[in-house]
Amino acid sequence: MGLFGKGSLAAILQKIFGKKHAKIGIYGPPNVGKTTLANRILRDWTGDIMGAVSEVPHETRRAKWKKDVKVENGNSHLTMDIVDTPGIATKVDFKEFMNVYGLSKDEAKTRAKEATEGVIEAIKWLEDIDGVLLVMDATQDPFTQVNVTILGNLEARNLPVLIAANKIDLEDSSPATLKSAFPQHPVIPISALTGYNSENLYSMMIKHFSKKHKKRWR
Amino acid sequence: MEVNSLIKKDEGISFNLISRNKLDTLSSDEKLKFILNEVKKGKILVLEHGLTPMEQTSLIENTMREIEQDTFIGVEMEGYEQDNRTFFQKIFRIYKKPRITMIGPADLLKTVHKDNNIIQIRIIPGRGAK
Repeated sequence: MGLFGKGSLAAILQKIFGKKHAKIGIYGPPNVGKTTLANRILRDWTGDIMGAVSEVPHETRRAKWKKDVKVENGNSHLTMDIVDTPGIATKVDFKEFMNVYGLSKDEAKTRAKEATEGVIEAIKWLEDIDGVLLVMDATQDPFTQVNVTILGNLEARNLPVLIAANKIDLEDSSPATLKSAFPQHPVIPISALTGYNSENLYSMMIKHFSKKHKKRWR
Repeated sequence: MEVNSLIKKDEGISFNLISRNKLDTLSSDEKLKFILNEVKKGKILVLEHGLTPMEQTSLIENTMREIEQDTFIGVEMEGYEQDNRTFFQKIFRIYKKPRITMIGPADLLKTVHKDNNIIQIRIIPGRGAK
């Protein structure tokens, strides 16, 4: 391969025009599969996992991060610090943990208290990241206020966002609905659980998050 | 005070339409404080001029700080996002004003459906303004 062979040219272009390292936050409402996706990414590229998953909402109540996760696709690559954030919600009701998920009153109250702190922490992290992987549940209505608020916030900050339309392994999923709801952002249908279409996600992450963006503060 | 007592007695629900003029006189912090105070009293607010995405995020953050597990579990908030800006608005960094927004106590309101044209919100039966 010559001086401007495929490999070296891609590397040169990335060096000139793109970033090689980015801090990426995984955001979304509770129970959309953020930690499952974080685990998928880490398992594929480091052999590690990020944290425990559960059907009970707000399982992740403190942000967790893994540094220097190198994701490759052909000749391009991006090294990321992956931040798995607690789910963002506008309400936290301890009674839901008791009545729907069978937690004891004490467990439910503790979980609710920690969940509120987790939401605040997730919002604080927005000030310290370079891009967002916004996870949405492809079986649910996409127009939730949390989705709209997070997207609006990221747009105001001029942060790059990639929407992961998760749970497409489920029969009633509709990634097309998500695509039509947010046409201004790239939407990648995936199953974090089975790994379906994760190669496409990684390719888009490298392409999208390598771009240089000027952060705005509003 | 007297009005609130009457509402409670009749178990009515109080909707307050907040004008753009009123909202424009308030700073972001004042606006958020006003909204949370009213919602914590059990009021449903319809804002003629909604909150910016950054204000919405701050409202979520402030709401989390105010949650009291037995009396206030958070807010239900629905509105339409800002329209996409035109090319020239982007160049000159002009932001369109956010549109109408409804905010109320989460134990009183439940969003049933939302799309580009309609927001359907249900009032949870048996709840009245506090």
